[in-house]
Amino acid sequence: MKHIALIIRTLAAWIVTLLIVFPLIWLVLTAFKTEQQAIAIPPQLFFTPTLASFAEVNLRSDYLLFARNSVITSFVSTILGLAIAAPAAYSMAFFRSPATRDILMWMLSTKMMPAVGALVPIYVMAQTAGMLDTLPALIIVFTLSNLPIMVWMLYSGFKDIPSDILEAARMDGANVWGEFRHVIRPLAMGTLASTGLLCLVLSWNEAFWALNLSSAKAGTLATLIASYSSPEGLFWAKLSAASLMAIAPIVVVGWFSQKQLIQGLTFGAVK
Amino acid sequence: MKRLLPRALMAPAVVTLFLWMIVPLLMTLYFSAVHYNLMQPGEKTFAGFENFEYFFTDPDFGASVWNTIVLLGSVIVITVVLGTALALLVNDPFPGRGIVRVLLISPFFVMPTANALLWKHMMMNPVYGVLAQVAIFFGTTPVDWLTDHPLFSIILMVAWQWLPFACLIFITSLQSLDRDQMEAAGMDGANAFQKFWFLTLPHLARPIAVVVMIELIFLLSVFAEIFTTTGGGPGNDSTNVAFLIFKQALMNFDVGVASAGALFAVVLANIAAAFLIRMIGKNLD
Repeated sequence: MKHIALIIRTLAAWIVTLLIVFPLIWLVLTAFKTEQQAIAIPPQLFFTPTLASFAEVNLRSDYLLFARNSVITSFVSTILGLAIAAPAAYSMAFFRSPATRDILMWMLSTKMMPAVGALVPIYVMAQTAGMLDTLPALIIVFTLSNLPIMVWMLYSGFKDIPSDILEAARMDGANVWGEFRHVIRPLAMGTLASTGLLCLVLSWNEAFWALNLSSAKAGTLATLIASYSSPEGLFWAKLSAASLMAIAPIVVVGWFSQKQLIQGLTFGAVK
Repeated sequence: MKRLLPRALMAPAVVTLFLWMIVPLLMTLYFSAVHYNLMQPGEKTFAGFENFEYFFTDPDFGASVWNTIVLLGSVIVITVVLGTALALLVNDPFPGRGIVRVLLISPFFVMPTANALLWKHMMMNPVYGVLAQVAIFFGTTPVDWLTDHPLFSIILMVAWQWLPFACLIFITSLQSLDRDQMEAAGMDGANAFQKFWFLTLPHLARPIAVVVMIELIFLLSVFAEIFTTTGGGPGNDSTNVAFLIFKQALMNFDVGVASAGALFAVVLANIAAAFLIRMIGKNLD
């Protein structure tokens, strides 16, 4: 009886999971088809895979430019964000003051603002400064919109470092920089890494600002994929190939760090 | 020195975030009170409340508020109910549980534009799409999802993205459920439903609240999915508040009216945020 229950449960879990992931599986399959196979009726499950669509995407749509923009914007905004957020989180975790809590809550509240509320002023400012469709504009906006989450994640990570260790270091005459370098940094590497990863994922997938502030020159992969939305012509194999190249790195990152990413996104409210 | 250093370390983050918050807000307040069209540079004349009047009496306004609420409500209900069911399904060990968990979370990391086009073309295309083929297989007429049920289609895409998020949070939370208590309840003759209702559900109350609040904030500004698939249409059938503001700002170039709408969106978000902030704040110390 117990045995049958386990079999039923296993089957149910696998069937439901495959149903949910089916669109992604289909995307991967379509990426390796020819355009004719991609719209074949009935749909083909078995076919000879081809890399033609990948080559075509690279050749025709300047894929590398958009990929480069995605890499630059997400990495620079992550590093910039860490550089601004880490000292703040450090200060709040190790020099607690009565204001710490209020500052943290205020930072959280800035993340609650809907992006669309700031669309008009940011667009007008970027236009006035001649920064529309430039990488710096995207980098600044990505950094700022991720900053509250980064401070929060780093703060909750730093807070878990036992203060005895710090006191011992201070007794031994370490100054703040030495304390940071030799004591905090080794202990906080994990937190720094997972915060950086979350920021990378968020910037890489960011679509609202990328669609509104950039196009042909500074566009990220999110905007390149959006350009496949036109109803004329069916380029599903190419769309799939482009999408697969755009999402694969981040989905893989997500697989390995899901737990930390989810904790960061929920501001540590779920343990 | 002792007091200066912590402040100096905090300053860059606090100052930039303050500017990021206050400058757009002040500009929006100002823009909402003037006539300002990006296509007609020059004079910005005082408009009083005309922009607000225009935005709130626009026939699209009521529709967009309604669509925003339907979108939010549906996605939240779908993700919480199915997410709980899924989490319970994969909570106890079974062969391949690790792989199932990894697969399940994948849709959450797909960028919104890729998600939207995957559904629009390969799933929902009325002739070649997978859903159409399934319909033909079962002998029914294929549905033109995006034309006939545009809002439902958007709901499906967004729910597909957020279901893994909800599910993963519930899985995490279920792991801290007291197993002894569960067993004791079983010995006392509680059936599966009673165990779920009196033990599991109360345990999940807090994560469910967190999921609802976070989705509330992110889903108020669903944009890319609408932008890349329906464009808010047909008519205004799938226009939400975020998309309506975008349309006023960057398609009609009416900065004044868009700013009035933006202030409305900020107020809307703040109502939702107030609850979340109080909840997270309780957990801080």
